[in-house]
Amino acid sequence: MRPIAILLLPFLAVLYKVYVRQFIEQLSYLELPLLVVLYFSLMWRNHLAALFYGASVGLLEDSLASHPIGLFGIAKTLVGYFAASVSLRFDVDHSVIRFILVFFFFIFHSLFYWVMEQALLGLPAPLEPAQTCIVAGLNAAVAVPLFMLFDKMKEPA
Amino acid sequence: MDFILGRYRNLSVLLLVVFGQLLLLAYQVRSNQQVRVLRVWAVTSVAPMARGLENVRSGVRGFFSDYFILLDVREENRKLTAENNRLKLENNFLNTELSTADRAKALIEFKGRSPSNNIAARIIATSSSANTVVLVDRGTSDGVYKGMAVITGDGIVGKVLDSFPIAAHVQLITDKQFGAGVVSQKNRVYGTLLGQGHNRCRIDRIQNEEKVELDEMFYTTGEDRVFPKGLPVGRVVSVQAGPTFKSIEVVPTGMKNGLEEVLIVLEGVHQEIPPPPSLAERINLMPAPPFPAQEAGSVIPAGTPSTGLLKTDADRIADRYRGIEQQRGGTKFGAFGSQPPSFSTIPTSPDKQGITPPAVPPAPKPPAEKRVPEKPVQ
Repeated sequence: MRPIAILLLPFLAVLYKVYVRQFIEQLSYLELPLLVVLYFSLMWRNHLAALFYGASVGLLEDSLASHPIGLFGIAKTLVGYFAASVSLRFDVDHSVIRFILVFFFFIFHSLFYWVMEQALLGLPAPLEPAQTCIVAGLNAAVAVPLFMLFDKMKEPA
Repeated sequence: MDFILGRYRNLSVLLLVVFGQLLLLAYQVRSNQQVRVLRVWAVTSVAPMARGLENVRSGVRGFFSDYFILLDVREENRKLTAENNRLKLENNFLNTELSTADRAKALIEFKGRSPSNNIAARIIATSSSANTVVLVDRGTSDGVYKGMAVITGDGIVGKVLDSFPIAAHVQLITDKQFGAGVVSQKNRVYGTLLGQGHNRCRIDRIQNEEKVELDEMFYTTGEDRVFPKGLPVGRVVSVQAGPTFKSIEVVPTGMKNGLEEVLIVLEGVHQEIPPPPSLAERINLMPAPPFPAQEAGSVIPAGTPSTGLLKTDADRIADRYRGIEQQRGGTKFGAFGSQPPSFSTIPTSPDKQGITPPAVPPAPKPPAEKRVPEKPVQ
């Protein structure tokens, strides 16, 4: 993957999250920053690179949020590390595997974020399992073609 | 130690990174301060891109609408909308000033004051965590600081949560963490406005014994030291009694026309809450119904008996006396110049069969007096 894409994609993903949502609220379910972190974590197959990348994207997201910095950072750090661990054991180039991995990591991310909100910040946040599963499925469905698009941006071997 | 770090290097780094972020989080929560350097960098890097996107979006939309629908009207409409918002605020201020009892004193006081000093701002993005916190394109370089009120011409919208050099976070009144002091227009009931995360806010801390009506307006009190007093907040759409406090929901008036441009209050001026609309303006009275069997333009003469279901006991007695006078060939009862009826005569009633009144000699007629007839009352 070209270095410019590695640096630019998180910015574009975060920009999408903060800009598009004010006009098209129906697209607010799409967690592009998480999908970007997952893609690079799965592709690099390197724990350290994945966790630092996840931490950076998470801190960038936290900086544009109204809550204290660290919530998204911790969640995406863990997602990056565990995604890299999984990528060492499975063939993550297959679309079905990607769909399943994105589905479960989205739920993991949402659950961990909810736990930190409740336990660390004491903010009352409702946990909606059914809605979370549906949104996870939608994100996984978007992730499959998106990852194919990212694959085309790889540098030729 | 080297063995652990070497064998479990990745796990150690993970724990270090996570622990470092936990410490950062704990520091912010405990000291109630935020890490401004990170936020400034992030906002400074994202805000210009967001502003550029917004310019492109509005430019593309404006290009099509200007060219194919209305040439140059869009730009003029935008200017007029901004001017209209400014005039609405000024008009509210002027109306409340002039409605005071002592007009001369109000004029003298008004000369010494001026409406709030505001700056227009455009919403360019939302927060990455919730859509009830937005980013505007005004910051500390424009004199915008944390805690300033954000309004539109129709009412309050939110307050500045955090300010950066070229942008600022604004917490909307629909945010769950938002609160403001409010008072009702009619009954001057004080309460606290709280956001609920959607387009309706609730008002808390109003006892069940207090009177709050549907469609009643709420205004800011100024006591929260954020919003100037007298700004419209919302209209009541639901009132229910609760265990201790009333459950009241309001629809914010400031957000009814959407949120693209707002005003940030740099220097607020408190103003009086406008009085409620008067009762006469609200009651619609139909004209009196026409008198039955009446020619157009004719006048009902005095002494004319009433007919129909509206006949009272007095009307019935009057009818009896009228009948007596007519039998005796006298003038009409109650007519101008007529003699009062003879009360020594017991009128015959159709209900009293067989009872004949005693014979009473007729009273002598007085000489006819010449009088100038009065004009009938139209």
